Amino acid sequence: MKIGIIIEREYLTRVKKRSFLIITFLAPLFFAALMFLPAILMTNSEKFENKKVIAVCDESTLFNGKLENTDINTFIYIDKSIDEAKQLVKDGVYDGVLYIPGTKLTVPTNAELYSIKQQPMTLTSHIRSSMKQIVEHQKLMSSGIDPAIVKASATTINVQQIKMSEKEGGEQKSFSEFEFFLGLFLALIIYFVIFIFGNQVMRGVIEEKTNRIIEVIVSSVKPFELMMGKIIGIALVGLTQFLLWGVLTLAITGIASTFLPTQDVFSGGTVMSEQIAETGVNTTDPDTLTEVFEIIHSINFKDILWCFLLYFIGGYFLYSAMFAAIGAAVDNETDTQQFVTPISLLLVIPMVCSSIIATAPDSSFALWMSMIPFTSPVGMMLRIPFGVPIWQVVLSVALLFATFIVFTWLASKVYRTGILMYGKKVSWKEIFKWIKY
Amino acid sequence: MNYLEINNVSKSYGTKKVLNDISIKVPKQSIYGLLGPNGAGKTTLIRILNQITMPDSGQVLLDGNPLSPNDIAQIGYLPEERGLYKKMKVGEQAIYLAQLKGMDRKEADKRLRQWFVKFGIANWWDKKVEELSKGMQQKVQFIVTVIHEPKLLIFDEPFSGFDPINVNLLKNEILELRDKGSTILFSTHNMSSVEELCDNIMLINKGEKILEGSVYDIKQRFKNHSYDVVYKPFDGSGETRFTANSTNPNELIRDIIDKGELVSFNEILPSMNEIFINLVSSSNK
Repeated sequence: MKIGIIIEREYLTRVKKRSFLIITFLAPLFFAALMFLPAILMTNSEKFENKKVIAVCDESTLFNGKLENTDINTFIYIDKSIDEAKQLVKDGVYDGVLYIPGTKLTVPTNAELYSIKQQPMTLTSHIRSSMKQIVEHQKLMSSGIDPAIVKASATTINVQQIKMSEKEGGEQKSFSEFEFFLGLFLALIIYFVIFIFGNQVMRGVIEEKTNRIIEVIVSSVKPFELMMGKIIGIALVGLTQFLLWGVLTLAITGIASTFLPTQDVFSGGTVMSEQIAETGVNTTDPDTLTEVFEIIHSINFKDILWCFLLYFIGGYFLYSAMFAAIGAAVDNETDTQQFVTPISLLLVIPMVCSSIIATAPDSSFALWMSMIPFTSPVGMMLRIPFGVPIWQVVLSVALLFATFIVFTWLASKVYRTGILMYGKKVSWKEIFKWIKY
Repeated sequence: MNYLEINNVSKSYGTKKVLNDISIKVPKQSIYGLLGPNGAGKTTLIRILNQITMPDSGQVLLDGNPLSPNDIAQIGYLPEERGLYKKMKVGEQAIYLAQLKGMDRKEADKRLRQWFVKFGIANWWDKKVEELSKGMQQKVQFIVTVIHEPKLLIFDEPFSGFDPINVNLLKNEILELRDKGSTILFSTHNMSSVEELCDNIMLINKGEKILEGSVYDIKQRFKNHSYDVVYKPFDGSGETRFTANSTNPNELIRDIIDKGELVSFNEILPSMNEIFINLVSSSNK
């Protein structure tokens, strides 16, 4: 089969490229870093910092001896003017000086931290919370309220959203924030890979046309075989890249987690720590951890993965067939814009509307977006983490694949005429004429 | 026996008639010149032979049978506008193109290496195409065209981009291929190479066949009975050369030998170049 030879060449020349190797191996490091960094920074931040001695120059005298010392931050109260204290920092005696100006009538609410080096956020936030506690305590005391009562009356309310399903016992806790971000993440990935790999198809076609190798090749194989060989070959490059990314990311996170002391935190929970950090949940909180596990267990990653692959293949084939036709129609890359822009818009629409779709995944707008073949790869990815009825997925995938077959056929007609046409500024009208040939 | 026969082939693009009722017969193991000005329809005809485009009407017979997709392996085509993948290694690429012509990978590798040695380019095997000069790339392309030992070879302007030494090398290769059994279709504007290589030619203009035949017959047909005469007059005034027109060369010679001693007497045949220009410009009127 000649198409096999073409697929082989398209695949091997791309996989052997240095840029492919670099992206394949760097991206998992990046992904792993995305997963680990927030957790590492939150749990281990102190390990990355040097011990510090901060002089406290407290004119209000309210905080004397009350600021909490931590493992790395030690507060020393000095009875000197702020100018003298600053001089001591300059001389290197202290790492910094915290200046709390005195106020006559009210309790102080401002403080200044002087240091030569930029101090980490953790230090300022520690100072802030310590001071806040002390001031609040002071205020309560002066109003005659026992701070212990206030502490005891503090309550946290959790509102748990439970998704109901017709099936018996199919109730699940739902975590819409997490699903929102997962959907957005998947949609972004599918959006980018369709564009990146579709663009590769287009550039490949233009390369063959401008190289003039096309005439030799079409005397050996049918243009349709060449076009499909290229599209399939590049699709396999994409799938290889996903596979390697998956394996490498798992390997890197696996290796990294054995080297990190806070193993229990990483043994699964941190996979999503990035999203959790975004949603503002503190990873170190044990309650949140169990919640993270619940979230992960509530999501059917296997189904999502399958959907992702199906929509990647369908969407990629649909768009890359169109990109191949564009590549064949033009003489060089600069002429592609007038054709690429309107086609790209079809895929950009659901991306622009992503927050509308993801916040109301069951709305009729979201349904349409996930049904129309041009928008469905992105549209469905936004909805899929929330759970989509199986008939909708089947219908949408069927529509997508039917459309890609029709469009591949149309594109091949444009392609066949276009690849041997030189020196002609092609318009949309011309392209429709070619389809009719 | 004719290896290739084109019978009444017509092709239109939209309302434009590109080929109008073209018929040619190419004898086996001959070199057939396909001549015509730019836009005459040569490329379309060649693309029909390569099954890149289909004729609207008419038939192409290869070795007596209608052209079919299986014949691709029997045809080698060197297009006028030719190129290679710039980033691919020369050897790898040649194997790929040979495979597309239906060759087995190992066999392609073996034969290609022999050809590379023959053309003195064996050390380019692992170089990238973009590192080669244009002339070097042309050599690779020629090898790729003939590697699967096709029975029909189509060369479209094969000598463009070659220096005289390589033109000579190529001419000899083409003649050798013919002697080994290939039938060759040769499209060019270079009339001197037509006279040197072609057994038969066809001249087309605006999709119409305006001339066909063997190079010898055509020259005979277009001769205008002029002779190049050199003689030594008896009066002792050195050698004289003149051109004479006469339908009766014997009478002409008789006249001359009365006046002096005949040194040489040659018929002036028109060059293919002249015939080409005359015919095309008169058919354009």
